[in-house]
Amino acid sequence: MDRFRFRLYKDRLFKTAVILFSFSSVLPLLLILFYIFKNGVAVINWQFLTSLPRPMGEIGGGISNAIVGTGMLLAVSCLLAIPLGVSAGIYLAEHKTGRLSYLVRLCVEILQGIPSIVIGIIAYVWIVLPLRTFSAVSGGIALAIMMLPVIVRSAEETLKLIPDSLKEAALALGVPYYKTILKVVLPAGLSGVVTGIILSIARVAGETAPLLFTAFGNPFMNFNLLKPVNSMPLLVFNYAASPYPEWHTLAWGTSLVLGVFVLLLNMFAKVLTKKWKVQF
Amino acid sequence: METESNTGAISVIEFLDAVKNSGKTKRWQLDPFTTPESIFRALLYGSAFCMVLLLAGILLTLIIESFPAIKAFGLKFLFSKTWDPVTEEFGALPFLIGTLITSFLALAISIPFSLSLSLYLGEYAAEDFLSSLLRSAVELLAGVPSVIYGFWGLFILVPVVRFIEIKLGVTPYGVGMLTSSLILAIMIIPYSASLGREVIRLVPIELKEAAYSLGATRFEVIRRVILPYVVSGITAGNILALGRAIGETMAVTMVIGNSNFIPRSIFAPANTMASVIANEFTEATGTLYLSSLVEIGLLLFVVTMVINILGKQIIKKMSVQV
Repeated sequence: MDRFRFRLYKDRLFKTAVILFSFSSVLPLLLILFYIFKNGVAVINWQFLTSLPRPMGEIGGGISNAIVGTGMLLAVSCLLAIPLGVSAGIYLAEHKTGRLSYLVRLCVEILQGIPSIVIGIIAYVWIVLPLRTFSAVSGGIALAIMMLPVIVRSAEETLKLIPDSLKEAALALGVPYYKTILKVVLPAGLSGVVTGIILSIARVAGETAPLLFTAFGNPFMNFNLLKPVNSMPLLVFNYAASPYPEWHTLAWGTSLVLGVFVLLLNMFAKVLTKKWKVQF
Repeated sequence: METESNTGAISVIEFLDAVKNSGKTKRWQLDPFTTPESIFRALLYGSAFCMVLLLAGILLTLIIESFPAIKAFGLKFLFSKTWDPVTEEFGALPFLIGTLITSFLALAISIPFSLSLSLYLGEYAAEDFLSSLLRSAVELLAGVPSVIYGFWGLFILVPVVRFIEIKLGVTPYGVGMLTSSLILAIMIIPYSASLGREVIRLVPIELKEAAYSLGATRFEVIRRVILPYVVSGITAGNILALGRAIGETMAVTMVIGNSNFIPRSIFAPANTMASVIANEFTEATGTLYLSSLVEIGLLLFVVTMVINILGKQIIKKMSVQV
């Protein structure tokens, strides 16, 4: 009798512990969001988004250069990673077996696991050293290397799901192979491909480590791809480490903008997978 | 018109051919640059091959760039505890120790939370509103940029840790390995939790029902049926999470305190392999200094690669079994 009660008691205790631990593990998320909003909301206004950082000591100033820089970096990386990643994904979906496919899958898996700081070193050696200057291009290339594995895998996974009958129907009508892929297979799996691209952008938009010695940061506005640019994560990192309270306030505001941007991208990708399913 | 339909006809034949002997297709039967068809195939092939080239290039670059340091220090690099840019003596031992301690401590802190999360989401409340809310929150946690974790840690967590250190009577740095491990633990919980949930949901219902019908409580079912069944999946999730903790840079760099000596306690400032690269790479003057930092990058690359492959291999074996 007592033993029976003891077992029930243990069961209940365990359930309570599981629930307690589960919900307390999202506590940091709430705390982070709370502090970012609390300290960031007051900073954000039109001037914050459109003006340049002021010299230290002066109140005010904005992060327009970082927003433009992040935009440039993302544009360069998308331009490089999307075509390459999607076509490699198509290759893998079209060649399910084979030695090269196996090798490529392995490589993509390893690429996905490379620490971001190592990618920074690579972009530094490949681009910054030959050009002899930190630049937006080198940062964009570093981010592109980080985006590639995500894009390749999502494109492959989605395009694999497209039934062969669809492709066979197109080929039977005499449509060339490349048109079959571009006009039949790719549009049918577009939602998955687009979701993958959005997720990869969300992955790199907040990356700082690969930019430390590629894009480097820049207190001024810069539109030149071959010059250093600032980006929102870099600005947060540099200002957080500084001793000036004004800069800390700017960093809180930037964290809010960046965090909301990344979380929105993630949520958008999630909604997209739900509403715009690949179904056959 | 004539040529276009021709192209189509050739391509269908070629396609059927490819289907017939897939795997050993002769892709270059046609002149590669005459038809859009072959150009397209060449592009696909080329971009897939690019992935291989990219990885090989990264590995080669790391090896070549770290060659001066490898030549100068050899294996001593791993065991020497002096890191002195002035005398150009470089040993990575402090950073290896820093990385090992922070990442394993983070893993140890995260396991109760991630295991509870995967049990709750996979077994206790698989489909209700609250659990889907919790799941979204965990996914969002995985999406927060690491620099924001670091910033938050620096301004909120560091004072808390400093307060605890004062209470404990140790030197109140605030920043240090404990703070880094806490931040890392928060960051890796989502990864092991999501994989754990997946594998727990794969446990066959018959097994659980059999145990329940024998009068087992839910705790006993979890302990005797579910956990033994998913142990390799949970292990894989934790191995992958460990890989992330080892490679994580920004959050750690901001709260670890950057000290190039072997830490004396878990409260002391230290440096990890990733954080020392982030801190010193731009100020590294001299070939030996730079290539020593690159060699640390190479070590980091190899370690995370081995860990990732190990984790994924376990998952693959599981999915065959299931």
